[in-house]
Amino acid sequence: MSLYQDVIIAGFGGQGVMLIGNLLAYAGMEHGLNVTYIPVYGPEMRGGTANCTVVVSDDAIGSPIIRNPKSLIIMNRPSLDKFQPQLVDGGVLVVNSSLVDPALADASRVRLVPVACNEIADGLGNTRMANMVALGAFIEATGVLPLSVVEESLSHVIAKHYSHLIPKNAEALRAGANAAKG
Amino acid sequence: MSAKRIFIKGNEAIAHGALDAGCRCYFGYPITPQNDIPEMLSSAMPAAGGEFVQAESEVASANMLLGAAACGVRAMTTSSSPGVSLMQEAISYMAGSDLPGVVVNMNRGGPGLGDIGPSQGDYFQSVKGGGHGDYRTLVLAPGSCQECYDLTFEAFDLAFKYRNPVLILGDAIVGQMKEPVARREALPIDPAEGGNWKLTGRGQRAPRILKSLFLEDGALAGQNLRLRDKYAAMAAEVRFEAFETADADLVVVAYGSIGRIVKSTVRALRAEGLKVGLLRPITLFPFPEAALRDLAGQGKRFLTIEHNLGQMVDDVRLAVRGLADSEFFGFLPGNMPTPEDFDAPVRAAVKGA
Amino acid sequence: MSEQLVFTRPEVLADVATHYCPGCQHGVVHRIVAECLEEFGLVEKTIAVSSIGCSVFLYNYILVDTVEAPHGRAPAVATGVKRARKDAFVFAYQGDGDLASIGMAEIMHAANRGERISVIFVNNTVYGMTGGQMAPTTMVGQKTTTCPGGRCLEREGGPIHMSEIIATLGGVAYCARTAVNTIKNIAQTKRAIRRAFETQINGEGFGFVEVLATCPTNWRMSSVAANERVGKEMIPEFPLGVFKDAAKEE
Repeated sequence: MSLYQDVIIAGFGGQGVMLIGNLLAYAGMEHGLNVTYIPVYGPEMRGGTANCTVVVSDDAIGSPIIRNPKSLIIMNRPSLDKFQPQLVDGGVLVVNSSLVDPALADASRVRLVPVACNEIADGLGNTRMANMVALGAFIEATGVLPLSVVEESLSHVIAKHYSHLIPKNAEALRAGANAAKG
Repeated sequence: MSAKRIFIKGNEAIAHGALDAGCRCYFGYPITPQNDIPEMLSSAMPAAGGEFVQAESEVASANMLLGAAACGVRAMTTSSSPGVSLMQEAISYMAGSDLPGVVVNMNRGGPGLGDIGPSQGDYFQSVKGGGHGDYRTLVLAPGSCQECYDLTFEAFDLAFKYRNPVLILGDAIVGQMKEPVARREALPIDPAEGGNWKLTGRGQRAPRILKSLFLEDGALAGQNLRLRDKYAAMAAEVRFEAFETADADLVVVAYGSIGRIVKSTVRALRAEGLKVGLLRPITLFPFPEAALRDLAGQGKRFLTIEHNLGQMVDDVRLAVRGLADSEFFGFLPGNMPTPEDFDAPVRAAVKGA
Repeated sequence: MSEQLVFTRPEVLADVATHYCPGCQHGVVHRIVAECLEEFGLVEKTIAVSSIGCSVFLYNYILVDTVEAPHGRAPAVATGVKRARKDAFVFAYQGDGDLASIGMAEIMHAANRGERISVIFVNNTVYGMTGGQMAPTTMVGQKTTTCPGGRCLEREGGPIHMSEIIATLGGVAYCARTAVNTIKNIAQTKRAIRRAFETQINGEGFGFVEVLATCPTNWRMSSVAANERVGKEMIPEFPLGVFKDAAKEE
């Protein structure tokens, strides 16, 4: 098994966690890999957190549902509380430090990647791109895919009437990747 | 097969598979977790020159399917468990009248209203007939979005080959997850399809009658025997995935979404050196009983894993009877299963001998 | 002296004795349907939907392509047939237990959608084939095997007036109630069925004709007495007339 990565992406509804989950999976497909994407489903969606799970592999994928993920993208505090205990030892934990105190992360157990997603997105002109910043950081931290493939996939997951925002979103992805290089 | 893969939900893959297979009539009624299908087909079906009807109930949508099927047109209805219960009347009449059609059940938890999450609680209903009378439907159980597409695409050929309803039995996992799917070339329907039985208006020929009522002495027995022979012939369609079964001491039997999740468990345990394999039935009727019996003859042991209290395990036990038995582990609806959930039961079964 | 044939059976009507009881009026309605099919030249392109009840054997008498529908579902089956084969002429033939009780949802919605189909609804106020049980159309006071003391308004409600209900639905192009108890009413029934068929041929919408009919066996009456009951009891309860005709509303 030369390439395998899975991630749970979690945050408030409206933070765009489903969008970056779709984007990551789509980019994996464009890169010739097998991918699965599964959103949380059911009444849980109406509660505090929204989340989705993405698996990327060059082998056939078994389960699309992961209990102990190799990585997390955490956009808010309730998501950290819920999913950090499930992350494997040494797993990658991308945390939106704009909304979550990185001191809450168990840095001795996991590989912490704190990124001030909201501030960076603000600096680019729109807080709502915090999700893209986080995904850029994840791509950099895991190296699962070339960032360029993710950028090229933007046009396939962003609705047509928002297509004018694609260049800015690509910029946000790059800014997130740079932040993760730290 | 087109080189370009599209990234879609299992539900959408079913809709695409139907369109590419030449399905031109869709009848449905809203129910979670399969609403992506009618929502997509409400515009895609008319765009393909077909008919979309949102029926007043699942009772009606299944009977509309019966009507379109009588005309020899490729037609489909989709629903989830409570709705499929309501369709059993029409499915029984279709089976009794030798009518082809595709019915999709994205299985949710039950009994009753249950929940809207995944479940395999409708196995018995699916493979043992489901409605009244002595009949069977072909039952195909996709474990991936690609299989949602492929099995739906092929379901129409099977339905017309056997003049019988074909059931696609998925669940809320495979319906809601997204994966890359390769589409096939949409082939034109053979205009001769159903040519010797479909209703077209009688023209210059003798009138045709499609019915399931056989009141004359002995007539129904004759029909039942003919159906028996048809169901026996369906054994030719059996399909399954065998994963690492050759040298396995323990063969886990699981279908659909659960089958693929268990596959991850099996892989992890293989990596530890445990001799465990997976047999994932893709057709639930016909059931891969010959393959299971063959494995039983090789001295292997069995563990059936389902997302219910134990239904398919009965068929596994029947398949291996006299040679082996099957243990059972049931994961219950209301929860999303992960490979770790099956770790302990599989380990215990491997060591159990 | 040479013989001259002045009255003949429609060819689409099978030359066989029916299974209907003496005095049953299904045969009269069958004949009218058969005549209309021939007069419009529809025989070769017709697909009939038979329903559950005495008329399930429609296909033994009207020799057209036919599919048998489950109880009450004929309008849904006919919807599927018509959507699948738009060039076909599609009619369903239903009784009152079938249409007005178990099949209430299917008839209402097919009518409301304006399906281009024609429904012939034979109302004899009783479940005939199963042996004379109370129907949704059974009249108050009428005795049946499941209301042996007579239908009780307080306990079982009153008879449902389908034509009046169907006429209120948007997709309906033509809706009428007729009877076949007199020569005049038979002629009127034929005019109504012709008009219902015409609405389908012209793509105007859904066509519906309710025909009041006898069931001497289950009414425990002679044929003559049963026919008299139609005029004396049924028509006052179920008034004849055209309840909707889209052509006359423009």
